[in-house]
Amino acid sequence: MSQQSLNGPGTGGEDEQNEVAATGGQTFASAQGADDLLDEIDAVLESNAETFVRSFVQKGGQ
Amino acid sequence: MSIDRLLTTERVMGIETEFGVLHADLEDRARAGAGSSILLSHLVVGAYALLDPQEGERGRRVRWDYGDETPLRDARGFELQRAAAHPSQLTDEVRDAHVPSVEMDAPLAGPEVAPDGDDAEVLAWAAQRSLGNAVLTNGARWYVDHAHPEYSAPEVMRAREAVVQDRAGEEIARRSMGILAAADGIPEVALYKNNTDGKGASYGTHENFLVDRAVPFERVTAAMLPFLATRQVLVGAGRVGLGTRGERPGFQLSSRADFMEAEVGLETTLNRPIVNTRDEPHADPARFRRLHVIIGDANLLEESTFLKLGTASLVLAALEAEHRTGRAILPDLRLVDPVAAVRTISHDPTLRATVELVDGRELTALQIQRAHLDAIAAVADRDDAETAQVLDSWAELLDLLEQDPALAADRVEWVAKLQLLERYRARHGLEWGDPRLSMIDLQYSDLRPAQGLFAKLRAAGAVRTLVGQDEVDAAMTTAPTSTRAHLRGGLISAHREHVPSAGWDAITLAGPDSGYRLRLADPRLGSAAWCELHGIDLTTDPETILDALRRAVSAS
Repeated sequence: MSQQSLNGPGTGGEDEQNEVAATGGQTFASAQGADDLLDEIDAVLESNAETFVRSFVQKGGQ
Repeated sequence: MSIDRLLTTERVMGIETEFGVLHADLEDRARAGAGSSILLSHLVVGAYALLDPQEGERGRRVRWDYGDETPLRDARGFELQRAAAHPSQLTDEVRDAHVPSVEMDAPLAGPEVAPDGDDAEVLAWAAQRSLGNAVLTNGARWYVDHAHPEYSAPEVMRAREAVVQDRAGEEIARRSMGILAAADGIPEVALYKNNTDGKGASYGTHENFLVDRAVPFERVTAAMLPFLATRQVLVGAGRVGLGTRGERPGFQLSSRADFMEAEVGLETTLNRPIVNTRDEPHADPARFRRLHVIIGDANLLEESTFLKLGTASLVLAALEAEHRTGRAILPDLRLVDPVAAVRTISHDPTLRATVELVDGRELTALQIQRAHLDAIAAVADRDDAETAQVLDSWAELLDLLEQDPALAADRVEWVAKLQLLERYRARHGLEWGDPRLSMIDLQYSDLRPAQGLFAKLRAAGAVRTLVGQDEVDAAMTTAPTSTRAHLRGGLISAHREHVPSAGWDAITLAGPDSGYRLRLADPRLGSAAWCELHGIDLTTDPETILDALRRAVSAS
């Protein structure tokens, strides 16, 4: 697919995310960007991983 | 090679997504287990269908019409029947009065019309009523399937349209969560666009494609098995854990691979097959077969959805062209053991694993996909913009994955997820069995904007996008123009009070003297172009629309 056919990151996500995107550069392409993104992900992860994983139970579907 | 006409991606297609559904509150979640998933699903469906102001009149949903037991075989593919009941029954207190095929959700407990009152009262009614179905203004079916809320996107003709409609389903799920979060005394819900809880339960993201009935099904099966078994290198969503219960630590390409147990079969919840034989075309069965593909992963990355639909449509176009012309297009790539191949390929993120072909060759998934691409590219219409885009994407991603999968991290979903996990593993020094990695896998697909990790990747520009947010937002309330979804959604949008029920191939419209049921046995009928050709303006009054529809019937 050509580059031109792909939209930039600013076209997607919620307003809150667009603000993040506007600061730019948080990709894995740079060490700093990767660190920033991992910091952000660390901040939104639930604190007790074991409980979180154990309580994620679904009934089967199709 | 010469064939009668070059292949394109154009075909009737659509995606249906079952969402993972849980209490947002972690204590409620731990207490309820899977026990509240059905209740939560009813709340999710009721919240958007009954309460979102953008969807329409508060408390009034359009019921689902399953279609008839006797399929419409009329070659015109279109008819208008007088409905069996008086219009008063069609618009008020509807209960299976007019046609036997309208949904029979739970035994009726109380009135059909939602009560006046605040959101919590309407939601309590929806839960008590086990509200299980609604047809939306964009032509989608929004309902409870088993123990999951499901968004069946309206049918479209192109892969890109399918991406827009699939993304619209994510946004509808978000709005539904928002309504529930704001309602007093109603549980807050979290929805996940994934395929497994990692404990043995799986739920599906199904693709549907209409195929020329003349192509023998054995030929469809033989061709689709090697294609579907190997496409996960391009469109897999990635998963932490090996085995249906994640009993062995590790990472694999596809979230559905370990749940595939048969080559061909009818089932979707047990002994799941790579090629499903469910054949309800929701169209003239003499002309169309519906290929129901259940092996696919729930994709959040738009290019994955685009490629998944676009490449499958081209393979099917090749099969139809082979049948029409008697000339072979696709090479013989039959696998010795397709079910085992699905797992072998999924469990090898290096992409070096080979699988055995019936002719004795040992090929990688990338080589098998390349063989499909080369054969199809030779007879595809590159003047068709979407077809060229699919071929380019297919070729570029195969090149990148052959060179180094990490190079495709912004375009191939399993690579994007793996890279995130590897960075996190390195930062914290984690083994693959660490529950924090399983948690990242689950939270990756959380559709709540504040919690979802894919949303973070997307906002940071770490993954590419393909369609605009403005298009996605519009698609929540506007049906695609290319199929009968336009007529279905347009009528609901403009005249909800006159549309008691609708389904894929039927729409009931209540006129002043009686009700009428439209049958549309070819999904391309009812498109915006078809309506314009027949002078059908969906914004005029229902009686004028009915007159135009009657003229269309007698003219066709």
